[in-house]
Amino acid sequence: MSTTTPALSIRGLVKRYGNIVAVDGLDLEVARGECFGLLGPNGAGKTTTIEICEGLNNPDDGEVVVLGMRHRDNPLGIRAAIGISLQETQLTEKLTVEETVRLFHSFYPRRRPVDEVIAAVQLDEKRTARVGQLSGGQKQRLALACALVGDPDLFFLDEPTTGLDPQSRRQLWDLIGRFKAEGRTVVITTHYMDEAEHLCDRVAIVDHGKIIAQGTPRQLISLLGTEHVVEFRLDGLALGETELAALPGVTGVQVKDGRYQLDVTMIHQTIPALLALLHGRDSALSELTTHTATLEDVFVHLTGRHLRDG
Amino acid sequence: MVEKGAPRPWRDRAIVQLTLARYREFYREPEAMFWTFIFPLLMAAGLGLAFRSKPPEVAKIGVVRTGSYAAVAAGLRAETLLDVREVDDSVASRLLRTGKVALLVVPSGEARIEYRFDDTRPEAVAARRVVDDVLQRSAGRRDPVPVINAFVRERGSRYIDFLIPGLLGMNLMASSMWGIGFSVVDQRRKKLLRRFVATPMSRAEYLASFVLARLTLLVVEIGFLVSFGVLAFGVPLRGSIVGLVALCLLGSMAFGGLGLLIAARPRTVEAASGLMNVTMLPMWVFSGVFFSSGNFPDAMQPFIKALPLTALNDGLRAIMLEGAGVTQLPLAFGVLSAWLVICFALAVKIFRWK
Ligand SMILES: Nc1ncnc2c1ncn2[C@@H]1O[C@H](COP(=O)(O)OP(=O)(O)OP(=O)(O)O)[C@@H](O)[C@H]1O
Ligand SMILES: [Mg+2]
Repeated sequence: MSTTTPALSIRGLVKRYGNIVAVDGLDLEVARGECFGLLGPNGAGKTTTIEICEGLNNPDDGEVVVLGMRHRDNPLGIRAAIGISLQETQLTEKLTVEETVRLFHSFYPRRRPVDEVIAAVQLDEKRTARVGQLSGGQKQRLALACALVGDPDLFFLDEPTTGLDPQSRRQLWDLIGRFKAEGRTVVITTHYMDEAEHLCDRVAIVDHGKIIAQGTPRQLISLLGTEHVVEFRLDGLALGETELAALPGVTGVQVKDGRYQLDVTMIHQTIPALLALLHGRDSALSELTTHTATLEDVFVHLTGRHLRDG
Repeated sequence: MVEKGAPRPWRDRAIVQLTLARYREFYREPEAMFWTFIFPLLMAAGLGLAFRSKPPEVAKIGVVRTGSYAAVAAGLRAETLLDVREVDDSVASRLLRTGKVALLVVPSGEARIEYRFDDTRPEAVAARRVVDDVLQRSAGRRDPVPVINAFVRERGSRYIDFLIPGLLGMNLMASSMWGIGFSVVDQRRKKLLRRFVATPMSRAEYLASFVLARLTLLVVEIGFLVSFGVLAFGVPLRGSIVGLVALCLLGSMAFGGLGLLIAARPRTVEAASGLMNVTMLPMWVFSGVFFSSGNFPDAMQPFIKALPLTALNDGLRAIMLEGAGVTQLPLAFGVLSAWLVICFALAVKIFRWK
């Protein structure tokens, strides 16, 4: 198996459930050593895609090659080379952390020492604790330990940080960052844009079972043609979209339910001009926020919906 | 760091770790321990006490103070199976009515005696027979046929002797079927099965771990119940222990296969429980746990004999009570082996892994 073949290559993948088309002709290529993010709203088809790659689900059409192997020809070879965390697995509550890792350790032909793996996910203090007594973040780190113990070349992590507090999420990011530093490939799904921007070398935005955009987070954001987003509300008379579009540095205007959103390239010119415009109109700002453009803005731009709207 | 491909220590083998996980899940669940080990003992103890053998019953009778009552009463007192009291005519009927005495003997006139009793009460009828024998013999009756009473109160023919093997069989059925079926379905529900299937874990070893764990727990289970029966109630163990254990192992594996078959598809514990109960109910009723399966009509016997619990119970009774050897039980071993093979093969074929 040469290291020049892609870690994962998906071509024309289709999966239907009755009338629902969960995955609709999806193509994807992930290079070795890359951290690749699949972003998308609920029901976009992320889990379905990833479970087909793991061999847990069968596609209706298309081809999946994992580390140069196909599930049809070499299922065991793939299973031995990937480490996964599923969206909703509950590990046995009655076993301890160490017993759980040792159990998964026993399944793999090539593996890392149990102690080392427990240390890597920072659960040394909890090694004799029952799984049922762990916090949500600790459970997720244990799930990663079970994936790591087989010394995988490729990780499939399905929403590893969903439902966790910010601190636990940071800890997991560090951990996944280290997988990457060790030269392993990571394919991760998430709803969190900040997570994707922080972790991923490249991301694909999935909607209705199709990839609607992919590239590095910076590349995607540059699709907007802007770097900043200005949002505000008004106390008083409304402003017209055309006069806003005429302000210096503004490349786009959206108005929805009294909320104005401007895509802006030169924020230092736009804000003073906006204030001057309002001053002349006897209208005041009731709210003003600005942020650097994010993947969330890209999603809104591409679909007209917010990611969380589903 | 990656561990080298040196020969694996036995502890690092999947089959060992999977089996260890089974034990841990079991002994860290106090309820499971109770139902498997303690409950059958309590049941055996309760039923054993309720149905223990009693000494022959002594009948309470009253002799009414009329006529030659003193001589009659004296003659009856010599019989140990009778508890005789003399009563006045005025209270006699009340004693009979309230059951304080089972029979009233009323000596009326020279050579006539009247018995007053309720002929629908078995103890009254029995008392009449004993009293009548005593009185007729003392009046000179000679029995033309000489008889000898040889009392046989042998271990092995009492209800508790019948019951203990039945309880053992029932317990093996319940713990094997639940022990395997419940864990499998629970792991499927928690998506843990999916997680395992995505690793290189051998599916055969996964299934085998349930059987292995059951078989070792089983030895403890048999030991408990059999030694309790032998020590507390003197239930005989006439056949060889090896034969007994062999039959229990086979029975347990057959029921394990049945449990696995039931657990092969369901995604919820509730669905599996329903199937489990539907499968076990006919065996509780027909397979001769609490009473002999011979009580059912002849037309049903082929069906009853084909049930795995009937085969196991009949085999256990033959070994424990009649001292049968393994080779004398082709039917029991044959029926159980057939269930084992068919259930396992079907279960593996239709098993829902994902
Ligand atoms: N077993 C199934 N039977 C029927 N429909 C299914 C099944 N699994 C998934 N679907 C449908 O397929 C579509 C894609 O589901 P999928 O779980 O892949 O989405 P997702 O992107 O992972 O969503 P989420 O972010 O909520 O996890 C959804 O519309 C879902 O309802
Ligand atoms: Mg999902």
